[in-house]
Amino acid sequence: MIRIEPREAPSRTLTIGVPVASALIALMLAAIPLAFAGANILEAYGQMAKGIFGSVFAFTEMLTRATPLIFTGLAATLAFRAKLWNIGAEGQFYLGAMAAVTVGTGMIDAPSYILIPIILFTGAAAGAAGMAGPAYLKTRFGADEVVTTLLLNFIILIFMQMMLEGPLKDPMGMGWPQSEPIVDNGMLPQLLPRMRVHFGLIIALIAAVVAQIMLSKSVWGFKLRAIGENAAAALHAGIGVKRTLMGAAIISGAMAGLAGVSEVAGLKGYLTADLSPGFGYTGIVVAMLAGLSPIGVVLSAIFISSVFVGADSMSRAMGVSSYLADLVVAMSLISVLVGGFIARYRISWINKGVA
Amino acid sequence: MEGPDFSAPLPMTNNLVLSLKALSKRFGSVVANDAVSIDLHQGEVLSLLGENGAGKTTLMNMLFGHYMPDSGTVDVADMDGNMHPLTLGHPQAALEAGIGMVHQHFTLAENLSALDNILLGSESLLRWRQNHRAARHKIAGIIERTGLSAPLDEKVGNLSVGERQRVEILKALYHDARILVLDEPTAVLTPQEADTLFENIGAMTKDGLSVIFISHKLREVLAFSHRIAVLRHGRKVGEIATKDADEKSIARMMVGADTPVNPREDIAVGAPVLQLKSITVSGDSARNSLQDANLTVHANEVVGIAGVSGNGQSALASIVSGLAGPDHGEMLVDDVAITRFDPPNLLKSGIGRIPEDRHHDGVIGAMTVAENLIIERLNDPDVQKNGFLRQEIIREHAQELCRDYDVRGPGIDAQARLLSGGNIQKLILARVFECSPRLILANQPTRGLDLGAANEVARRLLEARKRGAGILLISEDLDEVLALSDRIVVIHDGQLIAAKDKDRASIGLMMAGEHT
Repeated sequence: MIRIEPREAPSRTLTIGVPVASALIALMLAAIPLAFAGANILEAYGQMAKGIFGSVFAFTEMLTRATPLIFTGLAATLAFRAKLWNIGAEGQFYLGAMAAVTVGTGMIDAPSYILIPIILFTGAAAGAAGMAGPAYLKTRFGADEVVTTLLLNFIILIFMQMMLEGPLKDPMGMGWPQSEPIVDNGMLPQLLPRMRVHFGLIIALIAAVVAQIMLSKSVWGFKLRAIGENAAAALHAGIGVKRTLMGAAIISGAMAGLAGVSEVAGLKGYLTADLSPGFGYTGIVVAMLAGLSPIGVVLSAIFISSVFVGADSMSRAMGVSSYLADLVVAMSLISVLVGGFIARYRISWINKGVA
Repeated sequence: MEGPDFSAPLPMTNNLVLSLKALSKRFGSVVANDAVSIDLHQGEVLSLLGENGAGKTTLMNMLFGHYMPDSGTVDVADMDGNMHPLTLGHPQAALEAGIGMVHQHFTLAENLSALDNILLGSESLLRWRQNHRAARHKIAGIIERTGLSAPLDEKVGNLSVGERQRVEILKALYHDARILVLDEPTAVLTPQEADTLFENIGAMTKDGLSVIFISHKLREVLAFSHRIAVLRHGRKVGEIATKDADEKSIARMMVGADTPVNPREDIAVGAPVLQLKSITVSGDSARNSLQDANLTVHANEVVGIAGVSGNGQSALASIVSGLAGPDHGEMLVDDVAITRFDPPNLLKSGIGRIPEDRHHDGVIGAMTVAENLIIERLNDPDVQKNGFLRQEIIREHAQELCRDYDVRGPGIDAQARLLSGGNIQKLILARVFECSPRLILANQPTRGLDLGAANEVARRLLEARKRGAGILLISEDLDEVLALSDRIVVIHDGQLIAAKDKDRASIGLMMAGEHT
């Protein structure tokens, strides 16, 4: 028989060990379908590692891919810590991207040091607005934010497609539904010559550090955690629950919006309807894998991006499907959820019949 | 002594029905139970007494198979009275051996009828149609023998607390329990309901049932059990026939020392600190309603609100703690009318609140003890500077408060949920008293606490009274209200009626709605 008892306090070793072990276990489990595909497993993983660490370019590509995931991971983390289930990062991502191409494609003519902050701010504000609505409905009427944020994703996506066929459409775009390109002054600078990794990564890292400090050291973070852990007691103790929740929603939405800005103004240069391969949703996985810790988000975003980038390169070299990446990501999430349970509970097996 | 008297020994058989033999359980370095042996005879009521953390719950959890003991065995009698070893670590084995338990927190499904709750778990999921005739017949028989009446077809959500408890007991008896464990059964009952429960249990024991009765209330334990076993620090420190025991001697056994009696000095009352004028709250039920309530609490005064649970205490507490505003009427603190009813504003005007449900409203279990101590004063310059917490000062201060208020636990950086109920209450007291409130709302301040902790709470409240605070004490424990209050106001059906004097019988009648 299995006995499950709650642990008194999860140890530090477990808190850090569980996500790491989960990631490794996920890679091991992924070897099974890989073997079925007929590939040499060691070689496949070797190719994968090479695709991430094999060259400076490969490594920076991985970081480029991690950048939006850090943002959306932070968006999920900050909301989830307050038990505000923001599933709408995907939509807020596109709101941020739309705002960026609205102000960044010639509407404002200014030098970089003015234009870039304007683009960043507008994008963040648009993302924040996208989450403020559902948060208001939740605090005012008790509307379930899981439903509202999730459904809003589709509304925003379709709205964006309409905009890309209409007002935002690039007249020089050969009829493709894409926006005008961001002007050169509005593009985030590149960090290394001839590499795609851009200044968005620096902003994401700063955001993660600031979020970490705010959560653990500030009064605001204290209130956020208090509400997430026990809203009734927080209310009784005089913490403005609705206000703090609105604040968390706005910051969360802003992070998702910045992810969109960073992709448009840092990488692609213009907006298309397939800008995000699900960054908003993957951000939830990133946040869960990180145990809702902002610094952890950086690491787990790098892990997940490595899996994607590495699997791409592996599939090219070995001829196996790149969907394997999705498989590894999904398995890490499951492993981490199981691992989190192990961290919180002590599980022991008891022989039946022992009296 | 009021209520029925059970202290006269019932025809007690010497048939052993349950024997716990040298049960031990450790959690890490903590010894929860150290070779505890207890015997229970047929038709006997055994009281299990002990402070919080003495190991009562662990012991019962081992009996029920929730925990696996490190060593020791349990023997249970079968229907014919032959003792067999119980398979430990299997709740199902305990149920099959005829051991039933009624938890302090009921385990009923509120959206099902009482009958469905009783039958829950005994019917096959694959049955297409339910045939309740046989079940009803069996339950009717139990009710007839024990007097445990409950409306079987009513949804549990609509039942009173006393009725729910009877449903829980019926459920255990329906599943053929021959040994019944009652965990703090009177904690939620009025004095009258408790007396009814004792009558029912008396009838059940005559029927051959054996009862283990876990309680803190010495008055009841003495009035109604045959034997008392006392646990302290995981060990059984004493066992005594109830007829040979008195309140003082068992209290000493429990605590290991004489418990101090809280002296209540006569102090002249000061100016009014809290005035409620014609407060009306129309809630969705009586529980949440107040009608034209008038109340004054002066400095240096304890005003006790006596009443059966669900007569408007929640509404009163919500108003005074700022969780809700009144529909009509006015509340004044130190002669200043409260215009905005929210917790921060009332905290600022000098009201300290000890909430009714300390786990749910009082502390945030996943946050540390130190964090829970500052949660009501996050804007205090001692706590924060420019929006950032001053960790050093907060931690030093927490150390100090935990020392002063004797909050025991794994330390100030441990999660508050790891503290026992008594220590959580001390943490809340420390937080409240530290702000030197003008008025203290003490809502069920000692509910579920053991003797030592309850005494400590009472002592602190009386100390605050002496210092000049006004105290509004809401309690369903009439003994507590009588012991602590300068004046008593009875709450019934949303109305506040001042009691003329501190007379137990007349207040009891007023609590039931009969007053002249």
